[in-house]
Amino acid sequence: MLRRIYHPSTWQELERMQREMNRLFNESLPGRGDFSPSYPAINLWSNEEQAVLTAELAGISPDDIDIRVVGDTITISGERKADEKLENMEIRRQERGFAKFTRTLQLPFHVEADSVSANFENGVLKVTLPRAEAEKPRKITVRKS
Amino acid sequence: MMSEEKDIEVRKEEATAPEGVETIRTSRTYVPRTDIYEDDKKILVVADMPGVSDKDVDIMLEKKTLTIKGSAQSQVVEGASLIYSEYGVGDFERSFVVSTEIDREKIEAHMKDGVLTVSLPKAAVALARKITVNKG
Repeated sequence: MLRRIYHPSTWQELERMQREMNRLFNESLPGRGDFSPSYPAINLWSNEEQAVLTAELAGISPDDIDIRVVGDTITISGERKADEKLENMEIRRQERGFAKFTRTLQLPFHVEADSVSANFENGVLKVTLPRAEAEKPRKITVRKS
Repeated sequence: MMSEEKDIEVRKEEATAPEGVETIRTSRTYVPRTDIYEDDKKILVVADMPGVSDKDVDIMLEKKTLTIKGSAQSQVVEGASLIYSEYGVGDFERSFVVSTEIDREKIEAHMKDGVLTVSLPKAAVALARKITVNKG
């Protein structure tokens, strides 16, 4: 009888367990925020009027960031390019990665795509997403009969 | 995902205080991801410190230890609440041991888009010299 066709190696199994543990711990500690499924990591702020998304994109030129908003989803894509001036130097340590990235996130409400604004300062991207007028909460007055 | 380039790490590594040492500030401190380059004239330290402006960087070379520090600006959005969070914001700090003699007067640093670059020119004594062997 075939019990298992694929046997993951011990290391793979350990790695998977570690990921799982990280996920569990981070989920139980809201606001601690140091786990993200992919680059860039995102923080999202919101009130009744708007949502504000922040992301840390150090070393990326604002020209290389592309933001698209459709309905209640936002897509941030771009590329972090390596510095060509350093190509002739010997690498002693390398921890910073360079790659293309794309991330799509669902927002808590539809946004007014025409009024979305973005600002990039010291490697931190901040996108302000005003809530669609039709979706804003309305105060309902209860009338006396 | 297959890629020849090194993927961008997502996780921010938190700095840990040495055992038995308590930190005074309540904010978190992170270890900036750093690349180090070297050629025959200089050593370049390139560190990711998003949210740190050029005025908030502190670089110190004491004996052979280079310490870089950066205070990150708050990313709190006034009048809104954080509803989803994948990263924390805090200061950056990291130290390196530089084994080469450095010309301390000529150390330069600059900050661009949240990336700190420190240039450490090698001191004249440390520069390699080509020695010609004379025929006897």
